[in-house]
Amino acid sequence: MIAWTIYLTFTGAVVLLLLPGVFARWIALVTTLTGLALGIVEFFRMPIAELAHFTTIVSVPWVPALGMNYHLAIDGVSLTMILVTGTSAVSTVLFSWDVDHRQREFFFWLLLVVGGCYGVFLSADLFLFFAFYELVIVPKYFLIAIFGSTNKEYGAMKLTLYSFFGGMLVFAGILVAYVTAGSLDLTQLAQFHFNPQLQSWAFPVLFLGFAVLAGIWPLHTWAPTGHVAAPTAGSMLLAGIVMKLGSYAGLRVAMNLFPEGFQLWSKWIAALAVIGVVYAAAVALRQRDLKFVIGYSSVSHMGFVLLGLATANALGVSGAVLQMFSHGVIAALLFAVAGRMLYRRTHTRDLDALSGMDLSRALPFAAFTFVIASAASMGIPGFSGFAAEITILIGAWKTYPIAVWITGAGMVLAAAFTLRALVKSFFGEVRIQTGRVPTDVDWEEQSITLPEKCGACLLMFATLVVGLYPKLLLDRIMPAVEAMRFLK
Amino acid sequence: MSYLELLKLAAPEAVVVISALVVLAIGLTSRRATAVAGVSLAKPPTRTGSATAATGWCSLVAALGVVIAIAAVLVLPRNASLFGGMLVITPLTSLFKIICLVLAFFTVCLARSEKSLRHPGEYLAIILLATVGLMLLVGSEELLMIFIGLELLGLSLYMMAAFDKTDVRSAEAGLKYFLFGSTSSAFTLFGISLIYGMSGSTGLASISEKLAAAPVQPLLATGIIMTLIGFAFKIAAAPFHLWAPDAYQGAPIPSAGFIASGSKVASFVVLGKIVLVGFGPAHGSSAWHAMAAGWSPILAVLAALSILIGNLVALAQTNVRRLLAYSAVAHAGYTLLGLVAGGRDGFSATLFYATVYAITLVGAFAVIAVVRSESGGDDLENFSGLAARTPLLAGCMAIFMFSLAGIPPLAGFFGKFYLFSAALRAGGDHGLLWLVALALFGSFVSLYYYLIVLKAIFVDQPSPTAQALAHVSSDLLQRIIVTLLAAAILFFGIMPDILASRILAAVP
Repeated sequence: MIAWTIYLTFTGAVVLLLLPGVFARWIALVTTLTGLALGIVEFFRMPIAELAHFTTIVSVPWVPALGMNYHLAIDGVSLTMILVTGTSAVSTVLFSWDVDHRQREFFFWLLLVVGGCYGVFLSADLFLFFAFYELVIVPKYFLIAIFGSTNKEYGAMKLTLYSFFGGMLVFAGILVAYVTAGSLDLTQLAQFHFNPQLQSWAFPVLFLGFAVLAGIWPLHTWAPTGHVAAPTAGSMLLAGIVMKLGSYAGLRVAMNLFPEGFQLWSKWIAALAVIGVVYAAAVALRQRDLKFVIGYSSVSHMGFVLLGLATANALGVSGAVLQMFSHGVIAALLFAVAGRMLYRRTHTRDLDALSGMDLSRALPFAAFTFVIASAASMGIPGFSGFAAEITILIGAWKTYPIAVWITGAGMVLAAAFTLRALVKSFFGEVRIQTGRVPTDVDWEEQSITLPEKCGACLLMFATLVVGLYPKLLLDRIMPAVEAMRFLK
Repeated sequence: MSYLELLKLAAPEAVVVISALVVLAIGLTSRRATAVAGVSLAKPPTRTGSATAATGWCSLVAALGVVIAIAAVLVLPRNASLFGGMLVITPLTSLFKIICLVLAFFTVCLARSEKSLRHPGEYLAIILLATVGLMLLVGSEELLMIFIGLELLGLSLYMMAAFDKTDVRSAEAGLKYFLFGSTSSAFTLFGISLIYGMSGSTGLASISEKLAAAPVQPLLATGIIMTLIGFAFKIAAAPFHLWAPDAYQGAPIPSAGFIASGSKVASFVVLGKIVLVGFGPAHGSSAWHAMAAGWSPILAVLAALSILIGNLVALAQTNVRRLLAYSAVAHAGYTLLGLVAGGRDGFSATLFYATVYAITLVGAFAVIAVVRSESGGDDLENFSGLAARTPLLAGCMAIFMFSLAGIPPLAGFFGKFYLFSAALRAGGDHGLLWLVALALFGSFVSLYYYLIVLKAIFVDQPSPTAQALAHVSSDLLQRIIVTLLAAAILFFGIMPDILASRILAAVP
């Protein structure tokens, strides 16, 4: 049944192209809500024991001559990713409610991204997986280049080319795996023993290809530029789901297929991840554009994910999966406030300009949301960010104690830049005001709308639930991770 | 064997020739009618009216001829061979005759909408004759017959390229294509004569036996290389691609479309048959750790050069047709990968890719034809804001460009996967990884220029001149063709098995 997330999303995308533009956002909302609902139903319906391994949902021969199957499967890790996709997708549509320019196209591209992500998270056939993975790249270009803001064409092109570059590395890695093992089925491939010499060069190619999308340092520079250029919905999708594709794929494909290559290279991944966490946090501290701050914070948080993966123990990897969920929700929330609630009304994202506007009074709901999001992002206990990062750090302590110390410093930096952004944007001292400010005549009409409130509440609810009761997800993630090959 | 049998087996070709003659006759009579009308000072509308009526009749007959020929191919026996391989019928030849005829059908439809052409009767007749050339090429396993097919095709295409007498560029395209093409024909003929001299036969099967029996003589190697050079011209592989940009940019659009599609598919079929059947024993090896002399290293070098030159030069183009020409060079490089790999797998991957590529290019040229007739040019700026003007065409163009770039779920993506995996499998211990890596790098670069075209279409604002011209009547037929082709690309991307399994079954 969970396979319907894919079909419904793509059907929705096609249907809204055929109907008049006024229906577009409703169709998008219904489609994404159904996707989320399907995910939640599956979450409660699937017994935990079945989520411990990659359970086949559908398997139909596709191109028998080449051994391609239309094969979908699910386990605890995929299910978590399906849930974060659903949550982010619904809130993204809600935060794009008043897109008034080329609506049909906008929601068409948006649903393509969402559908592709569902596809990636459920694929159990390497070709199918790669097809969905590449499918996600192109719509992002249009979302950003047509509907974006600052320097949009540059940002869009940079992001697309980086993603496609990663895609080419992945293509090479997949071809090597396919040709060597003669199969495209992920479960079969995960049992095939590739010779260590092949693993030692195929793993880094494949993993690096995926890690580009996950924003690994030093190939992360597309992320901040892309986030800033993108429309709010684009940033939310990018940070919320698309970056997760990279880390998920690294876990599901690269690490599972080439465990010995992974053992060989894991310390380098850990090193890059730690550099990413600290470096991005330090850069974020110096940014003046609020979206750049959040963009770099995304890179920093994704560094945690990569560190978790590199620990190569069940705790660390499960933490990484939890962090993918948590960051997906939190980053979407942060971008929603910065791009949607603030920028739409003030037409500036410059922190100095914002700090003179006394926005906590003018936009109390936005301020409240941003405080929650910042707290979650800083890793305050009670939010999902804390649960995930602490799990990762405990896992990392067993493998790379030094990395934990350095990352700890990075967390302090993260707290610093988040607080700086929070104070400057909402709680600054009232000074000389420039730009559109809360004293303008039509400001009152611009109060936070109902869709925005719904979207924000959904995301806040998600981070709180997982933060207060992380076992809800961890119970499903842990067994699935423990079943993976690279741990053995 | 009797002439009746010959006529039966060559029925498809005969049908196309007859329809070419009929089209020619209609064109001739209708032109005289208009000339008479001109003398008797009839009003201009009547003249154009009768001219378009003649165009309509001509293209109807041409299209009908092509359709009947397809039907004739379908009723052919499964296997037959005449005159020692001069005319063979196998599942492979039948399949590719059908594919060539379908491409010819779309070209005829394009030609019907092309307004710049005077003398549509002659033009359509030449298209049909070129189609006969394609069918002869595909359906022969004998070097002399292949050469005759090549010449029939080549001469028709030179005329088609130069057909627009009002346009200097068309004349330039025709002349360049002719000069390069005739040189390449000379190479091929010289090569064939050497091969004949050394092996004593022009039949592919017996050449193969001779090659297997004794080590390759230097003179025979020269013959093989000469023949390959001739074909490298035909498929526009670097460094023999210099005619392509001008021919693609200058020729009338249906001609350019036909050069890019039908001619290419047939050339790959023949090239594949020659190297894999005829020169099979002299395969050599192009794996990086086990290079061995033979034709495969030559093709590998051609492929590598084409991928690099085609993709890098395409980056700098501002004219969409020229851009497509350079991308065609790159695609010729990718397609060669399958032949370098050799074997059943590699050949069928090549054929799949060439077919999909041909369908894509006909579609892209159809879109260009509409844009050209609406805005008077085919530079990138003529495409700006196309999405706002005609969303349907813009969407179809996006499908074509993404298929060329290899984005799922389009046919080009599957084609690339098939091709690259076949190449990687063939080398033994990842021997062809260098070539595959180069091809992957090439397709990474190519995304940039395809995105530039789509950026003009979807992101840029229409230029004022384009906006003023936006409401020129657009042809329903053209829209239908473009939509059909785009749908085909999407369909073969989602259900590649339908085409791939047929090709795989047909390849010997």
